[in-house]
Amino acid sequence: MSNETMSLFSPKLAARLDVLAAKYPVKRSALVPMLLYAQDEVGYLSDAVISEVAERIGITELDVRNVATYYSMLRFKPAGKFNVQVCTNISCMLRGGYEIYERFQQELGVGHKGVTADGVFSLEEVECIGACSWAPAIQVNYEFHDELTPEQVPGILAGYRGKAGVSSDGSSSQGWKETNHA
Amino acid sequence: MPRLVSHPDEVKIVSRRFGQGAAKIEKYIELGGYEAAKKCLAQGSDWIIDEMKTSGLRGRGGAGFPTGMKWSFVPKQSAKPKYILVNGDESEPGTCKDHLIFLHDPHAVIEGTIIAGLAVGAKMGFIYLRGEYRYLLEIMEKAVADAYAKGFLGKKIFGSDTEFEIITQTGAGAYEVGEESALMESLEGKRGVPRIKPPFPAVVGLYGGPTVINNAETIATVPHVIAMGGAAFAAVGTPRNGGTRLFGISGHVERPGVYELPMGYNLKRMIYEVAGGVKGGRGLKAVVPGGSSTPVLLPDEIDIGMDFDQVGKAGSMLGSAGVVVIDDQTCIVEFALRTISFYQHESCGWCIPCREGTDWLKKSMTRLHAGFGEYKDIDNIQYLAENMLGRTFCPLGDAAAMPMLGFVKKFRKEFEEHLGGKACPFAKHVDLAVV
Repeated sequence: MSNETMSLFSPKLAARLDVLAAKYPVKRSALVPMLLYAQDEVGYLSDAVISEVAERIGITELDVRNVATYYSMLRFKPAGKFNVQVCTNISCMLRGGYEIYERFQQELGVGHKGVTADGVFSLEEVECIGACSWAPAIQVNYEFHDELTPEQVPGILAGYRGKAGVSSDGSSSQGWKETNHA
Repeated sequence: MPRLVSHPDEVKIVSRRFGQGAAKIEKYIELGGYEAAKKCLAQGSDWIIDEMKTSGLRGRGGAGFPTGMKWSFVPKQSAKPKYILVNGDESEPGTCKDHLIFLHDPHAVIEGTIIAGLAVGAKMGFIYLRGEYRYLLEIMEKAVADAYAKGFLGKKIFGSDTEFEIITQTGAGAYEVGEESALMESLEGKRGVPRIKPPFPAVVGLYGGPTVINNAETIATVPHVIAMGGAAFAAVGTPRNGGTRLFGISGHVERPGVYELPMGYNLKRMIYEVAGGVKGGRGLKAVVPGGSSTPVLLPDEIDIGMDFDQVGKAGSMLGSAGVVVIDDQTCIVEFALRTISFYQHESCGWCIPCREGTDWLKKSMTRLHAGFGEYKDIDNIQYLAENMLGRTFCPLGDAAAMPMLGFVKKFRKEFEEHLGGKACPFAKHVDLAVV
């Protein structure tokens, strides 16, 4: 796609998606990565994102939605700037995954798939994230935190609040771009 | 950063470069890397496949299919391009071995992929990582770029006339995509639903071309098989179970971690010696030997060798070698409920026995655990699970049903103790959240 100037994505992401479109023997193989990288930047798969990705691949928006709804990491409404994903699957459960999850719920005041009022955090209970021998584990966006105790939860949140540059009233105008590859 | 562990009983073959900075290509080469690929380039396809057959290497994803035999099924001549597809969609609960391979030894994955390509005459390989492994994908992408820069990948690999390209790919959250045909669908930019077999991927696979699909650990093992020789590799394990495995021990043990031990290593010793025994000196209740889909073993059933055949004989499966240890303070009904909740969430819905079966099993387990179950619910769980077995396109239906049968058959008394409105004797999370 050569209409970079018309893209709703940053020039960097648009260039990355151009590379993706040419990377595979069949263009459509770029669909899932394109959606994920677009979501990383925009925050979610808005109608406009779906429309542009459909155009880039050369398939219908319906086709894109049909695929996107299959994958659990893809979402259709905004999450927090930092999406806290707590694993409660068996290995984490046995070592206190639910206690970690409950502590995050208390600290953030939101439940599964909830977003804090200031938009800084969202919370998700997720399935196995592949850190079983270092349980209990969580991911904040793509960053892993292993072998946690509930007592560590406030400190982890404070660390991300600092990264977000959030003032005490929680206001933040930054988008996802700066921090999504933490 | 995931903690690395060590134990004197370990035989470090696949993990021998862990913690040594081998993600950097210079270090990998310094430690003997890419010599196996060069050797294979000189020796040719038949020699490679013979070595693999001799090695007794079997698929590390869970099914345990002999790797050399799998490669030999790919037709020599093909009108369509052939492909190698590395399955790094590691998602089986209890399993985190590939996590360490991608982190510490990405070039072993690349080198193994090249060798697989040379063996079957493929010119392109794909390395697919689950979407959650973004930081590992970035490590893999860097390694691939470095291998291209050195001329180990590209039009003329290692200065020969042979071409081999590698493309990395990310998933976006789906356990089902770990199944080989769903993996191909996902890589083709579709929903990850399984394909009917036959035709098998070796004949009609990715983009319709013959395709070899191997687990990331299998592929990372390949260069070591070539380097040490198939016979020497086979000698490390037990008959028909060559080499070592990365056993991911999790749950209630003192020293959880990923340990590389010879195939056939005793499970009891693995728990009590290698992993330091049950946490806090508590009693052992049960062991899930090979990831969440493998039927549970009782404490008196764990004096067995951990290879595909011996665990099979004990009524379970070696699977992904993710050993989950459960202490005597754990409610097995809750553990079963959490397990089936996972499969219900991950069932792709393509095959009705799996879609409906996992849903009803979860409903029955939820009711039982909450104390509202009836006696017939226990029989019904068994009936539902038995009727899912073998009735789906892919093994997810079996993967959900088999552990449920194990729990109900081996812990029936504990299920019965939950009847009649009684509170769960162990319950901490009675209102178990629904993912």
